[in-house]
Amino acid sequence: MKSLSRILAILRKEVRQLRRDHLTFGMVVGLPIIQMLLFGYAINTDVRNLRTAIANQANTHLSRQYVAELGQTQVANIVYEVGTPQELEDLLRQGEISIGVYLPRDFDRRVVDRTRSAVHLLVDGSDPTILGVATQLRSMPIAFDSAPTVNTGPLLIELRPYYNPERRTPVNIVPGLIGVILTMTMILFTAVAIVRERERGNLELLINTPVSSAELMVGKVVPYILIGMIQLALTLAVGRLLFDVPVHGSILDLYLAAAVFIAANLSLGLLISTAAKTQFQAMQMMVFILLPSILLSGFMFPFDGMPRFAQLLGELLPNTHFIRLTRGIMLRDAGIGDLISEVVFLIGFTLVAMTAATLRFTKRLD
Amino acid sequence: MNGEFAIEAHGLTKRFGDLEAVSHLYLNVPRGQIYGFLGPNGSGKSTTIRMLCGLLTPTEGSATVLDTEIPADARLLKPKIGYMTQKFSLFGDMTVFENLQFIAEIYSFPTRQRKARIEEVLDKYDLVNQRRQLAATMSGGQRQRLALACSVLHHPPLLLLDEPTSAVDPQSRRDFWSSLFRLAEGGTTILVSTHYMDEAERCHRLAILDHGVKVADGTPADLQQSTGMHIIEVRADNPYRAQAVIGAIPRIASVTQLGVRLRVLMPDTIVDPVAIVNNELRKAGLDATAIASTATLEDVFVAVTLKPARHAA
Repeated sequence: MKSLSRILAILRKEVRQLRRDHLTFGMVVGLPIIQMLLFGYAINTDVRNLRTAIANQANTHLSRQYVAELGQTQVANIVYEVGTPQELEDLLRQGEISIGVYLPRDFDRRVVDRTRSAVHLLVDGSDPTILGVATQLRSMPIAFDSAPTVNTGPLLIELRPYYNPERRTPVNIVPGLIGVILTMTMILFTAVAIVRERERGNLELLINTPVSSAELMVGKVVPYILIGMIQLALTLAVGRLLFDVPVHGSILDLYLAAAVFIAANLSLGLLISTAAKTQFQAMQMMVFILLPSILLSGFMFPFDGMPRFAQLLGELLPNTHFIRLTRGIMLRDAGIGDLISEVVFLIGFTLVAMTAATLRFTKRLD
Repeated sequence: MNGEFAIEAHGLTKRFGDLEAVSHLYLNVPRGQIYGFLGPNGSGKSTTIRMLCGLLTPTEGSATVLDTEIPADARLLKPKIGYMTQKFSLFGDMTVFENLQFIAEIYSFPTRQRKARIEEVLDKYDLVNQRRQLAATMSGGQRQRLALACSVLHHPPLLLLDEPTSAVDPQSRRDFWSSLFRLAEGGTTILVSTHYMDEAERCHRLAILDHGVKVADGTPADLQQSTGMHIIEVRADNPYRAQAVIGAIPRIASVTQLGVRLRVLMPDTIVDPVAIVNNELRKAGLDATAIASTATLEDVFVAVTLKPARHAA
């Protein structure tokens, strides 16, 4: 009973201080929106409008028709027409273009013979994504209108993209981004929560009162769970309105998953808070968590494609498990029961981190 | 319960690495009195106070505070003490009322008593007009009153105050001390550290700390009478030269300049010290006269911190 009243006292104090801290309050709302806009619009693996130059030495009806069709694919954005393949190479080296298309003088004959390549694509292969997209251009059919269509027969392998048939990047990015945003803000808020009080001298007063370590920890964490939930709602709304990202699964499951994930991050933040001496140190430690949470969690790169060691590291991060949960629930209509092992990990992580933080936080100064 | 002393320290020692901040401190603080810790910065005042309220674990020794064993049962002591930190430690981004409310909640005041008690301390510590002011925007004196109000809110029988007046003006200091006397009259034991002599003089008893060692303790009057020194005051037209002349006299303990006056300390085993000093001054051809004087606390402080035996230890 007394314990509850002390937890409530800490809780009320945190909320009160948070309301007056305009910067932090702004971050609660501002950070998710800014991140969503940045990541949603900037990260696009669905590449279009690559700058392209054409060297059309054939200049026949067929070659001109080919160039026109190339422009219509939206993959290539034709910005230069030059005379020689050498000029294409120069432009490529200068970084002016990503793709150079060379149509030799005997283009028409090559199209008919099919013994030698009719089109030469010069591609800036240093970016694998661009190379991959340019490779698709090879499948464009070239033939005289009058020629009989060559029946290539049924394809041996048929590709059916599930869950994201339009192959839009935001559909994949947004569920992962929720995890990144929550990692960033939740750890940040709690990591500085105790260090700030230590720097301001408040802690010396607090630890001389009957408040226990556990009461202090719980009182500091609970308000931020609510804030995390607000951020989740905000992110989902922006995802829906701007990027048309669906939530196929149960919204309740999503919030349950987020609740355990938020608790895991807050506990981690508190643990950092007990280890750091200054707010600056807490920030530095946070970066150590945040970067792997972006790079190794499967948010940026497919988890299965990562080296074994990176995967092991990734498995330790709460965000890895949360991204599996959000992608599952939002895109594949999975229930939380289908992904229960991820939830179990997050709960376990929370318990371990919270216990460690409480044990590390002694009510002493030495 | 109720032993004679609120605080009994048995050889409290605290080392930080090689530094011995507090060294084998024995202390008896009677109940209901204002007990002062006098000493310069770094003399171990704060460290001792922090050990006594369980914030620091003693390297050696123990203490009994309000019949609670420290450091073993420090947790049980928390509700019974009020502690005022050297640095303002309340929440600057909360108002006076909110700070008091928070403290009341932390000490689990029943809701009905809470309001009445807060109003009572607001009134008593002259904070009624500041109730809605953010603590960070208050003056030094107001902050200090708020800190005191918060530390006494739960009626603790023991108050530990760590240099409470180091950041406030003289008028606020006087008001603050009259508040302390009122509390002591009400039965509260107060342990207060200071480096101001005039504050030390107001304490019922005090201990003088130097480099972590208690070099003297007793009532201010006792301390002033048992310095073991002759105190001589010299008025000189050229105090700087007079200081050099007197300093050259064998067995002089110390010479301190105070404006045109010099305070001279000589061991009380010397016979007729005033004549010796006057004689030397005359020989040097200086226009100065020495007269016997009585010890102030400052003299006591100088006398006890000069003992060469301690430095050898």
